[in-house]
Amino acid sequence: MSKRDPLLVIGTPAAKVDGLTKSTGQEIFADDIALPQMLYGKMLGATVPHARIRSIDVSRAEALPGVKAIITGIEMPIKYGILPVSEDEYPLEIDRVRFVGDPVAAVAAIDEATAEEAVRLIEVDYEELPGAFDIEEGLEPVDAEHRIHDYGLRDNVHKQVHLHFGDVDDAMESATSVHEGVYFYSGTNHLAMEEHSAVAQYGADGRLTIWSSTQTPHYVHKAMAKVLSMPASRIRIVATPNGGGFGGKSDPFPHEFCAARLSIVSGRPVKITLTREEVFYMHRGRHPVLMWLRSGHDASGAITALDFKSYVDGGSYGSYGVASTYYTGALQTVTYKVPNYRFRGVRVFTNKPACGPKRGHGTPQPRFALEIHLDKIAEKLGLDPVAMRRSMLVDEYTMTANHMRITSCGLDECLEKIATASDFANLRGNLPYGKGIGVAVGSYMSGAGLPIYWNKMPHTSVDLKVDRGGGVCAKCMEIDIGQGSNSVLAMTVAEVLGLEPGDIQLVVSDTDTTPIDLGSYSSRVTFMMGNAAKEAAEKIREMLLAAAAEKLEVQATDLVLRHHRVEHRETGEGISFADTVPLAEAMFGQLSSTGSYTPPRLSGPYKGSGVGPSPAYSYSAAAVLVDVDPETGVVTPERVWMAHDVGRAVNPVLVEGQVEGGVYMALGEILMEEQVFRKGLHKIPSMLDYKSPTFLEMPPVETFIVESIDGEGPFGAKEVGQGPLLPMPPAVANAIYDAVGVRIDELPITPEKVVAALTDLEQGGPGRVGPEEVPDIDWGEALDVDPVWYDQAAEDWIPATRRRESD
Amino acid sequence: MLRLPPFEFRPARSAEEAVEIWGENEGRAMYLAGGTDLIPNMKRRQFEPPVLVGIRRLEDGRNVETEDDGSLVIGAGATLRQLADEPGIVADFAGLAQAAGQVANLQIQRVGTIGGNLCVDTRCNYYNQSYEWRRSVGFCMKKDGDICLVAPGSSKCWAISSSDSAPALIALGARVELRGKDGVRQIELGQLYQDDGIEYLTRRPDELLTRVLVPAPRPGQRSAYTKIRRRGSFDFPILGVGASLRIEDGVIRDARVVLGAVHTHPLIVQKAADLLEGETPSLELLEAAAEAAYRKATPLDNADLVYYWRKRVTRVHVRRTLARLCGLEAEAETAN
Ligand SMILES: Cc1cc2nc3c(=O)[nH]c(=O)nc-3n(C[C@H](O)[C@H](O)[C@H](O)COP(=O)(O)OP(=O)(O)OC[C@H]3O[C@@H](n4cnc5c(N)ncnc54)[C@H](O)[C@@H]3O)c2cc1C
Ligand code: SF4
Repeated sequence: MSKRDPLLVIGTPAAKVDGLTKSTGQEIFADDIALPQMLYGKMLGATVPHARIRSIDVSRAEALPGVKAIITGIEMPIKYGILPVSEDEYPLEIDRVRFVGDPVAAVAAIDEATAEEAVRLIEVDYEELPGAFDIEEGLEPVDAEHRIHDYGLRDNVHKQVHLHFGDVDDAMESATSVHEGVYFYSGTNHLAMEEHSAVAQYGADGRLTIWSSTQTPHYVHKAMAKVLSMPASRIRIVATPNGGGFGGKSDPFPHEFCAARLSIVSGRPVKITLTREEVFYMHRGRHPVLMWLRSGHDASGAITALDFKSYVDGGSYGSYGVASTYYTGALQTVTYKVPNYRFRGVRVFTNKPACGPKRGHGTPQPRFALEIHLDKIAEKLGLDPVAMRRSMLVDEYTMTANHMRITSCGLDECLEKIATASDFANLRGNLPYGKGIGVAVGSYMSGAGLPIYWNKMPHTSVDLKVDRGGGVCAKCMEIDIGQGSNSVLAMTVAEVLGLEPGDIQLVVSDTDTTPIDLGSYSSRVTFMMGNAAKEAAEKIREMLLAAAAEKLEVQATDLVLRHHRVEHRETGEGISFADTVPLAEAMFGQLSSTGSYTPPRLSGPYKGSGVGPSPAYSYSAAAVLVDVDPETGVVTPERVWMAHDVGRAVNPVLVEGQVEGGVYMALGEILMEEQVFRKGLHKIPSMLDYKSPTFLEMPPVETFIVESIDGEGPFGAKEVGQGPLLPMPPAVANAIYDAVGVRIDELPITPEKVVAALTDLEQGGPGRVGPEEVPDIDWGEALDVDPVWYDQAAEDWIPATRRRESD
Repeated sequence: MLRLPPFEFRPARSAEEAVEIWGENEGRAMYLAGGTDLIPNMKRRQFEPPVLVGIRRLEDGRNVETEDDGSLVIGAGATLRQLADEPGIVADFAGLAQAAGQVANLQIQRVGTIGGNLCVDTRCNYYNQSYEWRRSVGFCMKKDGDICLVAPGSSKCWAISSSDSAPALIALGARVELRGKDGVRQIELGQLYQDDGIEYLTRRPDELLTRVLVPAPRPGQRSAYTKIRRRGSFDFPILGVGASLRIEDGVIRDARVVLGAVHTHPLIVQKAADLLEGETPSLELLEAAAEAAYRKATPLDNADLVYYWRKRVTRVHVRRTLARLCGLEAEAETAN
């Protein structure tokens, strides 16, 4: 295949390779696993939000017939945490609990009912401590012994960031106009349909196997070896297909360690499946973030400086929180040109379930603030919101002030597509009272440029093995969480080898048998694994071409693999794929290959620059038409237009699926979802009472796929798993303003907030609901970083390549 | 997943047998119809009856018949979907069909019965929680505790009457038949309920609700049920408006307005009925009736969305429901 050969598989709307297996119920999820002699495990969660554990009495539980093993924290006294900088969790807490639900003991019994009864019989004596339950409380000074953790910056402050690129104050001073705003984005859970589940088997051979519904088998592997003090070589993690993840299965979790430990203690396999309520407590969902921003603009409306503060409510543990905090500041610069930028962020510990990554990880919150803010400015300056945005987009293949390298960018086309399709220019401001239209944009990474722990190894590898019968087996630790990564792997290999996706046998997500992939997070799989798979397949292709060329007595460069054949590009003369394989094996030996991918070194010359850089960014733009009932405040999204620059649509149906899924998930965050706590207790930890939309609330979505063909993605592909969620919340908020003239600057936008804002408007107020101010804290000294890549004199952006050279 | 507590299941074949089995297990038994309310509640240990008397397969238990005089007799075992789909009910008792068709979701409507729906447990988000959750919060008097967590000073439980069909059927003037140890009795449906979130029914524990009797529609009678919930499926009501009336010679007669989900029992808004009786429909009139309903509604902070919003929209939805029945919808819209 050369550049001129058309793609035959990539770009086709093929069915998912595991679609039928899943839809017919044949797929084996973690909870479907039943091993001989298997026990059922159950964890006991704390009933108080913050306390010292005085004692734990398990004697009554032990006496219950059917109970086979009971463990408490002292049996696993080694801390872990997904980020090396915040290893602050025990599988079972030993002397301190930090939120209601924090696990303190676990039982394995002959069945679930017995295990459930047994944990109820465990008596824990707590000495309750004062707690912190929101951002303001998290910022207050506390006595040393009442701190939630004994590490972090001070009191309950976990992390603080203060970065400054260029000269914001100077630029503000010379700006034609300066605008300020305060916003709040509430925390939400992932609501994956499948609850977390893990089965552990400690075999007679002294090897431990864990089947788990996890997005990150490699990180679980590392943590497991550490906590159990076992060599990683004796531990095998098999990630079972996830019934949805969305970031909620990206940490190592207590139930995984407990199942393992209980299996070691009892000598029998142990399964722990969380209840929905426990999933709400394990959480790791969206961080609630309070935000303040100020922007300076020139006469044309273009941004000359941006000053951004975020206050991040972390919950009880570190999780991904340090990265999440940086993410609330990192990607403000990748959509619009921002020559001067200051970011201040703080994350506090509170006595609530720990927050972590959820679809968009730390970026939907600032995007919400920024896109509403710009909408308000457009109105003040008398600019069309679409035209204003289009006039200040980043240029392709440039650097941002905070040293993010932009490659392809199809955002202008995205905006053009949705504006035209929705007839935005004619509708905005002209719809009858109660109907409104709004737009917003967003951008997300195609994989984090850096791994979670510092190393120089590949982020992903794919092994291919070709059988003499012509079968191709692709192995990779990637894990399909419903996003279709199995299909991407099969399609990529099939494309290069002239086969069909269904021809490729997949062996995935197993630390024993598959080569590394860091996991299904940060929208990295298609981009990174795709590159690795392509490389591996190209190596096999070369061998096949050489063998066929010899047999057919033609130049290998004239041959092409297509339709299960190796054939002459022009004449079509050739031999079948299956017949070529033995020829190649005779020539080269066993046909195996490995492809790997390591992102280019992208971090900038400052501490904290590791969060945000990605080999490529996806872009999206959304327009939303809403109906607002002014009497009740009920908001109904009626139509959505979403254009997404995915680089290249490996499979357009899967791209549309991700776009629609992102829209759907966003609607829940916009209109319904909220993690409310009463006395530290989650108010509504159930899928009936914690509201998220059903099928019936889903408006029609018109998706436009924009293909900017990225220079670094496989076949030009970028991400689509997370990006399309981002523009939705601000687009809906902007549409509500267009409909009834009120500004709801915080999520969720519930009917009572709309009513309150309308009432305020009627009474002559600004017609706004949202936070008024942010806490004043000592941000410390700024880390001043030169945005050297913006050449002030030339008023130009220095291309990335020039910077690379001087690196 | 949450497991059920152990229990013995005793299916009955007739109403008589059901009452008999209950009698044999006095104080330990509960009736189980579709189980869509009771079973999840048992998983959360809100009820732990050692014996469940199965009443799904009672002889003639799910018949729906229209009598010669046009009145309707519904077996308590009829499913909600059966009622929502029955053409005779859709035509003549629209409020009932609308209510039944909006309970929970299609799956639950196919299993849940009208008897179970009229007896459905009252709800409160301090109470509809797992045992562990309730233990963390400190339990409340409706189960395992002794104070009310919503209204700590209150000596009574304020859990919310959450049946969709009750307000619709009360508005239609329905009666229910109860069969107990001491025989059979009939009462006005409205009298089945009382102002107590725990003892929310006047039904004696042994009594089986066997039939629902709805009087024949008077000429020109119309009925409707409006349900407010966050989502178009799954959700219990946070407001229900059952209404019926007829228009005779241009004036309103026999109006009934009944509110659901804003108190411990369905609220009959007599004031609204009195205001409407004999009057020519107008937006001002409907607004006055809606105002009366608004004043009566007493939602508390124990269900979805904030209580003051739930109270506020009572007025809006009562007015809109009445406007629909009076053919004033268009006017009501433009009046905004
Ligand atoms: C997710 C979900 C959503 C729901 N949403 C709604 C909703 O929107 N609106 C709503 O009204 N309900 C809702 N429900 C509750 C329930 O499904 C319905 O009320 C249903 O009609 C109950 O009928 P059932 O036959 O299943 O009752 P069961 O669960 O069998 O019984 C409910 C109660 O009534 C008693 N009972 C049942 N039949 C009789 C009888 N004939 N005589 C005496 N006592 C009897 C039982 O002992 C029990 O106490 C919902 C339930 C779920 C799980
Ligand atoms: S209203 Fe009070 S007593 Fe009744 S269930 Fe709720 S908290 Fe308990």
